[in-house]
Amino acid sequence: MSWLLLAVVGVPLLGALLAALLRERAGTLAALAASVLALAAAVPLAWQRGTPALEGRGIAPWHEVDLAWVPALDLRLHLGVDGISYPLVLLTALLTVLCCGYTLWRAPEPGRPQRLAALLLVIEAGILATFLALDLVLFFIAFEVVLLPMAAVIGVWGGPGRRRAALKFALYTLAGSVLLLVGVVAVVVLAGTGDLTLLTTDPVLSRTAQLWIFGLFGLAFAVKSPLWPLHTWLPDAHTQAPTVGSVVLAGVLLKMGTYGLIRVGLGVTPQGAETFGPLLGGLAVAAIIIGSLVCLVQTELKRLIAYSSVGHMGFVLLGIATGTAAGVQAALIGNIAHGVLTGLLFFLAGAVKDRAHTDSLADLGGLRERQPRLAGVLGFAALGSLGLPGLAGFWGEACAVVAALSRGGPLWTALGVLAAVGGALTAAYLLRLLRRVSHGPAAVTLFAVEPAPGTGAAVRRRPAPGRSGATAATPGRPDALRPELVAWAPLVLLAVLIGVAPALIVDLAGAAVTALTTGMGTP
Amino acid sequence: VIDASIVALCLAAGTALAVLVIDLIVPRWWAPWAVALLGGAATLVAVLVTPARQAGVLCAGLPDDAAGRSTPVDCSYVFDSTARWGAGLLVGLTVLVLLLAQPTLRAGAAPAGESCFLLICSMTGGVALAGAGDLITLIVALEPLTLPLYILAALHRRRSGQAAQAGVTFFVNSVVATAITLLGAALLYLGSGSVHLRGAMSGRWTATEPRWQPLLLAGAGLVLVGLAFKVAAVPLHAWAPTTYDGAPLPVAAYLSTASKLGGVLAIVTVVRAVGLSSPGPAAGPLLHTTGLVLAVLAAASMVVGTLVALRQLRMVRLLAWSSIAQAGFLLAPLGGLAVLPTVAPAPIAGLVDAALAYTAFFVVLEITAFAAIVALRPAAGDGGTLDELAGTGRAAPWRAIGLGIALVGLAGLPPALAGLFAKITILGALVRVDAWLLAGVVAVMSVVGLAVYWRPLARLLRAGPAGPVAAGPAPIAVLPAAALGLACVLAVLLSVAPELLFSTV
Repeated sequence: MSWLLLAVVGVPLLGALLAALLRERAGTLAALAASVLALAAAVPLAWQRGTPALEGRGIAPWHEVDLAWVPALDLRLHLGVDGISYPLVLLTALLTVLCCGYTLWRAPEPGRPQRLAALLLVIEAGILATFLALDLVLFFIAFEVVLLPMAAVIGVWGGPGRRRAALKFALYTLAGSVLLLVGVVAVVVLAGTGDLTLLTTDPVLSRTAQLWIFGLFGLAFAVKSPLWPLHTWLPDAHTQAPTVGSVVLAGVLLKMGTYGLIRVGLGVTPQGAETFGPLLGGLAVAAIIIGSLVCLVQTELKRLIAYSSVGHMGFVLLGIATGTAAGVQAALIGNIAHGVLTGLLFFLAGAVKDRAHTDSLADLGGLRERQPRLAGVLGFAALGSLGLPGLAGFWGEACAVVAALSRGGPLWTALGVLAAVGGALTAAYLLRLLRRVSHGPAAVTLFAVEPAPGTGAAVRRRPAPGRSGATAATPGRPDALRPELVAWAPLVLLAVLIGVAPALIVDLAGAAVTALTTGMGTP
Repeated sequence: VIDASIVALCLAAGTALAVLVIDLIVPRWWAPWAVALLGGAATLVAVLVTPARQAGVLCAGLPDDAAGRSTPVDCSYVFDSTARWGAGLLVGLTVLVLLLAQPTLRAGAAPAGESCFLLICSMTGGVALAGAGDLITLIVALEPLTLPLYILAALHRRRSGQAAQAGVTFFVNSVVATAITLLGAALLYLGSGSVHLRGAMSGRWTATEPRWQPLLLAGAGLVLVGLAFKVAAVPLHAWAPTTYDGAPLPVAAYLSTASKLGGVLAIVTVVRAVGLSSPGPAAGPLLHTTGLVLAVLAAASMVVGTLVALRQLRMVRLLAWSSIAQAGFLLAPLGGLAVLPTVAPAPIAGLVDAALAYTAFFVVLEITAFAAIVALRPAAGDGGTLDELAGTGRAAPWRAIGLGIALVGLAGLPPALAGLFAKITILGALVRVDAWLLAGVVAVMSVVGLAVYWRPLARLLRAGPAGPVAAGPAPIAVLPAAALGLACVLAVLLSVAPELLFSTV
């Protein structure tokens, strides 16, 4: 089974190479095939897993592979999967399949979809390696791999302000990852090993060292997550990125920050995490409140969803900040839920923008009448995102609040209450979004007759076979097309599935999280 | 009988002579060029097959009581593992530069015989420098490494004005630096009575009486400052942008790689003499002075080089300023000497090895960058502006990928892992000795560095000019393209298996 771990990372890289070398459609198809293969390799990782028997802290990977690479730098090709990483690995592989398929169907300007797909695969490989790495130096390298391809996706296929947004994204994330590098090097030098399993089982670092190093890690992961006030790269990057770029960015790239905080922050420097917990929690709650307030006055669709990410990730970070098993569990569910729902929301925002050629909420409206299916899915995603019980978004946010409250003490109680208030604000802005876009007066942008839908901002690769009869009969932009529905369906299903049975994730990660948080979070 | 350790040196010098002679007999551009290329390759092979050893040639004898023989100590030329490593790298870079120079020579933009002779002379100086065992050999070897470059920088028929300016700027700065180095060497000799850098007797440096100590400290500082000129470290960097931009591109490539490597080898030789010789009362102060001088040079180079590179509009000038910044990065681990609590061999060796490893990663990436520019530009042309790069990603994808690998590597980012490994190496070395301040400067400047390399990278991806097609990239010249391919293969190899490098340093 261990070779599957190598395949999960290697197949996307080979696929990227192949896709870059082939011609447009063939290359994109090859990329799609590679992403499907990677997903097929990722799913069986959960089979034949031994019951992890953990005494105290530590990581008990279900499967692992450990090869020497660069002994001089303490760098080993050490990959492993456990309950904390497995759901994220699946989410990454799934979203990449959807994005590659979407690229095959509709390539953003300026074309060359095979290059875009190749970059998506490189990003996938980097993210998967980050989630699977059990060597600290390897973790860092994988963390860095994502940077330039993502910047290229934004900078080449993005909107009008793409160059600035790409540079801002690159500089912000690089600043974060350089801090991470200093922290990683410090851990490797002080502890004499980069093996995350050893470092987690027995944190040998002194308390002072842990405080400093967690400070570095915390800043680095806070930039990536992003945590207020280090989030300002996110709205620009999201607004400018092409649809698939936004989906990957929101869906899984941000999770690298929170995953790093759990795996490396809590794992290697537990005392640092505990000491900085209240600060982290305070900033997380600030992110929830401020993100929601900013969303209330946003005038652009993609920007609104981007800011909502800041708020949602605030809940995830609040869960991690508590340092309790319940909190970390909440964070894991929140991660997945946010990945599914925000990924879906960005797909929908892209679809709306393709039709209306505008992002401005003031120019949108009447989606419900003209494009009922699109409006229906948008409504579903918005309700899921605002935390409606029964859908995925609910569990992460509710559990984070519960974890904060159960931590006890005036500070955590206050943080829990404030986060709950923020949750209410979330409902307010998402309902405002629905009122404007779905239920508002029919806007001319979605109504106007256009002979060839999709020209201009997007290039249609083939005539849409799935155009529904209703829209063909009435003038205006088409409703959701079949390829779009195919791309959205898995996310919709997942949102319902996780909403109904959050135990799927909780049971997978339970043992690992309990082990990780041993000895922490005791008031 | 010639000692095995100087075979490579003799081959290099012989090649220079052969080039000079063949130019008289066969007055074609290719004759001296081919001889130089063959001689360079032969020297490379000789360097690689010669075993490294601690004993050298031209030694002072230390009488051995037992058998009546004498043990060689304090040798003037020692072909040890660092010398072998440095000489091999330097000769390899020279061969690549010769490949890059082919279009220039063929177009007659520079006289072939003179150019090849001077380049091989410089290479000979480099091979001698790599094994220098005393201050006199060091300075004598430094001269043939540098002197031919004044002329080479100025040898360009079509752009004689700029090229002459480049040569004169380089010459004036270099003379001052050499004078400083000489003064420092003289002070070291005055203070210690020894010019030897390696071996048992160099312990005299640190065993000096306290009243001579200020002379030693001043001497060590001056020698290092003079040598910092060779690596173009701030504040001795001002020559680099003008010279690189004015000189023919292959010469600029040589200046920023092989010549810089020579400077690093010289500095490392001095640092080892200071740090790894036997302990004495002056050992601690000497080590800290050395470390402090290097730390200041490193920090200033990183900051000034990176910040000024941000504003450059011409490609070669951008690379020149970035190579000033890179000089700071490669000196940074040596700056860590300043914070060592005691004179202990293990941490000093670690810092020196880190500096050497970074240098190797850097020269491979830098030669890749220059090779890509030579391949992209018309024969014997200059480096051009950044804007002229626009559209190359589409018009010349393979060469653009080569340039991309180099630039991403210099920025220290994946997927060109070589640069990232280099950054991890120096940060690791600095953190290991608790030099947090310098590590912080390295970290911050790495971030700003991305903004430097971002501009040419972004232009590679950008759409080209809509106007005349003639503005596009030059047609591919075979040999520069081969050099680019070779350099790219090396860079990729170092990204996949950097252990190849770490195990040889």
